[in-house]
Amino acid sequence: MNARSSLAVRMARVDKAFGPVLATKSASLEVQLGEIHALVGENGAGKSTLMRILGGLIAPDAGRVEVFGREVTGWTTRAAIQAGVGVVHQHFMLVRPLTVAENVVLGQEPKRFGLFDKAAARRAVAELIERTGLRVPVDRPVSELSVGGAQRVEILKTLYRGAKLLVLDEPTAVLSPVEVRELWGVLRSLQSGGATVVLITHKLDEVMEISSRVTVMRRGETIVSIATRETSPTELARAMVGRAVALASQQRQAEPVKQKGSALEVRDLLVAGARRARAVDSVSLTVAPGEILGVAGVEGNGQTELVEAIAGLRPASFGSIRLGGREVATFSVRERIAAGFSHIPEDRQRRGLVLDYSVAENLVLGLQERFCRHGILDRRAIAERARRLVAEFDIRPADAQAPARALSGGNQQKVVIAREMGRDFQVLLAAQPTRGVDVGAIEFIHGRLREARAAGKTILLVSADLNEVLALSDRIAVMYGGRLVALLPRAEATVEILGAQMTGAGRKEAA
Amino acid sequence: MLRFTGLANQDRRRRLEEALLPTLVALLVALVCGELLILAHGESPAEVYRELLQGTWGNAYGLGQVLFKATTLTFTGLAVGLGLRAGLFNIGAESQLAAGGFAAALTGLALPSGTPALAAIPVCLLAAILGGGLVGAVPGVLKAKFGAHEVIVTIMLNFVVLAALNWVVVAHLHVPESVHTPEIHAGGLAKLSRIFPSFHGSAANLSLVVALLTVIGTAFVLFRTRFGFDLRAVGLQPDAAEYGGVRPSRIYLLALTFSGALAGLGGINSVLGYHGYYEDGFAGGAGFLGIAVALVGRNDPFGIALAALFFATLSQGGLAIHALVPRQMMEVLQAIVIIAVAASVPEVRRILRLARRPRPTIDRSSTASTAADGPAGPQEPGVNVSAGHGGSR
Amino acid sequence: MSVVDLVAQVVRIATPYLLAAAGGVIAERSGVISLTLEGFMLGGAFTAALGTYFFHSLALGVLCGIAGGLLLAGIHAGASIRLRADQVVNGIAINLLAVGATRYFLRIAFDSASNSPRIAGFNESPGLVGLVENPLVWAGLLALPVAWLMLNRTAFGLRVRASGEHPEAARSVGVPVGRVQLWAVLWSGALAGLAGVYLALDQHQFSDQMTASRGYIALAAIIFGAWEPLRAGLACLLFAAAETLEIHLQGTSLVPPQVVEMIPYALTIIALAGVVRRVAPPAALGRAQE
Repeated sequence: MNARSSLAVRMARVDKAFGPVLATKSASLEVQLGEIHALVGENGAGKSTLMRILGGLIAPDAGRVEVFGREVTGWTTRAAIQAGVGVVHQHFMLVRPLTVAENVVLGQEPKRFGLFDKAAARRAVAELIERTGLRVPVDRPVSELSVGGAQRVEILKTLYRGAKLLVLDEPTAVLSPVEVRELWGVLRSLQSGGATVVLITHKLDEVMEISSRVTVMRRGETIVSIATRETSPTELARAMVGRAVALASQQRQAEPVKQKGSALEVRDLLVAGARRARAVDSVSLTVAPGEILGVAGVEGNGQTELVEAIAGLRPASFGSIRLGGREVATFSVRERIAAGFSHIPEDRQRRGLVLDYSVAENLVLGLQERFCRHGILDRRAIAERARRLVAEFDIRPADAQAPARALSGGNQQKVVIAREMGRDFQVLLAAQPTRGVDVGAIEFIHGRLREARAAGKTILLVSADLNEVLALSDRIAVMYGGRLVALLPRAEATVEILGAQMTGAGRKEAA
Repeated sequence: MLRFTGLANQDRRRRLEEALLPTLVALLVALVCGELLILAHGESPAEVYRELLQGTWGNAYGLGQVLFKATTLTFTGLAVGLGLRAGLFNIGAESQLAAGGFAAALTGLALPSGTPALAAIPVCLLAAILGGGLVGAVPGVLKAKFGAHEVIVTIMLNFVVLAALNWVVVAHLHVPESVHTPEIHAGGLAKLSRIFPSFHGSAANLSLVVALLTVIGTAFVLFRTRFGFDLRAVGLQPDAAEYGGVRPSRIYLLALTFSGALAGLGGINSVLGYHGYYEDGFAGGAGFLGIAVALVGRNDPFGIALAALFFATLSQGGLAIHALVPRQMMEVLQAIVIIAVAASVPEVRRILRLARRPRPTIDRSSTASTAADGPAGPQEPGVNVSAGHGGSR
Repeated sequence: MSVVDLVAQVVRIATPYLLAAAGGVIAERSGVISLTLEGFMLGGAFTAALGTYFFHSLALGVLCGIAGGLLLAGIHAGASIRLRADQVVNGIAINLLAVGATRYFLRIAFDSASNSPRIAGFNESPGLVGLVENPLVWAGLLALPVAWLMLNRTAFGLRVRASGEHPEAARSVGVPVGRVQLWAVLWSGALAGLAGVYLALDQHQFSDQMTASRGYIALAAIIFGAWEPLRAGLACLLFAAAETLEIHLQGTSLVPPQVVEMIPYALTIIALAGVVRRVAPPAALGRAQE
């Protein structure tokens, strides 16, 4: 009874399925009152699902959820807020033209004579800011705040609603190092004020620094829960991955086939992002024919912007991009494709495919020019190409007229790969090429990338999967905070070194 | 993998269901509403509906009038439909139609009276296309350059253009005691009754043939050309289109211009085919009804032609049943059809999807719907910090 | 003609704009496109004429007019918010319905294709006195300041603004976005209905399509006023002043009346193009809610 009553959260044997996929499998989580608890795991390990269940956004299929000693399984968002659970989502839920005070009180506005009491709202929010140290200007529209400021408003929103249990989903993904320090300060002061914090993160240095206890999730299951001081980043990393069998694609890398010269050369590239002025900050790199340069890094550190800028989908503010010595920075997307670029985009459902187009049509996306005569689509050539590629890349079902939407994730990705690699190209930009696909498809795609390398193609591989980067690359770069913080030959790269660099821990070691 | 066989067929059937069911539901609603209105008048629905069919499809004159009305609606429906294929809402068809008709009339007036029809007609058609296209290009430019909301711009532009045309006609071009231009000497389109005498008296004319060719041409452009490929891609997924080397802003500009051109070409029906002159206000709401036509026709050129026939029947049918019930009832019914279709599209689709879902998940809040997309939905960004099995061994 | 008379004329012309814009601005800010003002207004004018004629009471006529606007607004809200019909398509249909239904019932109630019999009105006295005696004129002058208060000084207004900008965020803190939009649309229906009442009583009859695009002018004023109530009010007065000027210029052939007619719409397009300063609609305007 005693142990029970000191728990803020107790989730036991929680199952949740989306269609045929089990997002959580008998997952359990116990969070002590007043602790900062880190929840770590790979992509799709089930962390967010578990937290959405906790926040009342979705109901579990089986299992039991208790919050502050009360059984609340399957409760609603509203009930969760009333019970003092505050969730800070990864994507901010703020109304940009409204002021900080208005955003904080929205939905629970103080009233006076039936009117919205603006003064009382400002007072309440100012007091809250005073008490917590979450410094933001009360009367400023949210649109004028930095990302860090916006995040502080999100935390204020939950506290205004009386949150005693705060769930933060990847809070540092978008913050600068200074803002991260400030966040830790705030969380510690909230903790000393009696609040409980659950922190979802990928960055193990953060786990070590801020949390008192850590739970590791893998494939929907909670693997281990341990006091932070009794563990190490290496041990946690092993628990997160924990694969018993090495993937076939992780065999020894083939002998180098790298040729002299450079096919892709990027100099001093500066790219503005949606949330950061310097999403890519003075990046220079060269990739030779027959070489795979792997870019590792935690997502959100500028990889997306880097690839999109090279592909022509995002304007570069400064810098040069050369393909075989030819400057292409001013080229349109179409011109870059014609010049020899291929691009496997990281988000196949948004960028890589028109989901309502057939497989055959998707196989010519970006190559329309080559498959039409006098502006009229050459349907026979399109069908012919589809027939060839569907067979060659083993796209299932082998029905080129089916819409891309109807295919599984792995087969959708094969359509993209087939289109981008089933033609003549010089440079391949491969962003997260195996994300969300099954093991069989991963092996197939890795095999294709190796073949292209052997054929003398130039490949820039960007992946959040360190195994993948290690398995395929000749050289490995690490991106952190928009910069390339490390660049080393494959032989010198180890998980420990790369992991440290990409989680920001490498800086201290280097210093 | 066996369960995937016939996926394309399965999907085709699904799409067909989603396209047709809402329309059928809506027609049913309209039918019931119509019956109620008729009963309220103390008339027999069966008799009124019989009268309606008799007065439209039951005789050559009625049919001719239906075809005449359907011709204009086909053009405006195609205009709206083309825009929607690119993800744009052109509600300026009304003024584009008028501008096209005006340009055709002006050209016809300018041509010497002896010009052979074979030369005059193409020139006048081209003028109609240019007139409508010019009006369509305005929201196109504003959308492409400033990102201005095309819905608002086209509403506002309707009034500006109609007022301008009214001014030109009333102040400079009208025949005294009227609001129309003088008769055109060249470029007139023959009435259908010249070929089929039984259409005598009806307004149907060779514009009908132009409309049919335009339907086929639009379908060809949309589904068989690179431009159509690019346009539909932008309408479906602008990000993917951009990735495929298509500049969405260029498509926005072209789509709105062509949309205007299609509506403009519709101006020939009344101006060249029926009156032989431009009359102020001849559009008479056909531009707005084009929205309903595109909606019911599901933005498919052939569907649009059928929907145009349907709405033309309703509008002509109003006249046929006027002896029994006020013809204004048909205007009410048209509006009810549109509301019913618009309202049943998302709802019927939702019900269809629910019915198809293998195992329903419990949704606790609206946001849960994104979660229900499961693994195919947006993925959790992050990193696989891994140990061990890589090449380090 | 004195300045006072000129001002009176401007106010008389502006009143329906002011009333409709005051409702429309709330609906637009909540995320619902207000191209239905025209239809709501026409409906209100007709039911006002109907009520005044059959009940022989101005007060009941006013109430009937508001009810007429509310009825159409209710249909619009039901279809486009509850059933998630496309707002633009449904809005156009509502306007067609208003024209068709008023014609239909004009036929049934008064057996006429063009207008109702003469009805009473507020402005029995001529000129300025009649204007001052008309409570609807006062309602018009107060409408936009009230709309400003609603938006900026009530909890409902805060929720309206949040719903129109970022409905998901509003929903995440428990704001019932659909219900907020429903009330906003009903409010715009009631006020546009009142604008219709003013027209019918001012002209002492209902006539076919008597609103003559005044609802669209109100919409233009909202946009030209950058979705701010007070600025929208000024835009209404500006548009009315242009019309007044045109009336006095008639016969001088200095400016064609059609040019004056274009002014509200042309100015709005120019404003949207950002020639002076870019005006941006509420971020979620017209987006269907899930």
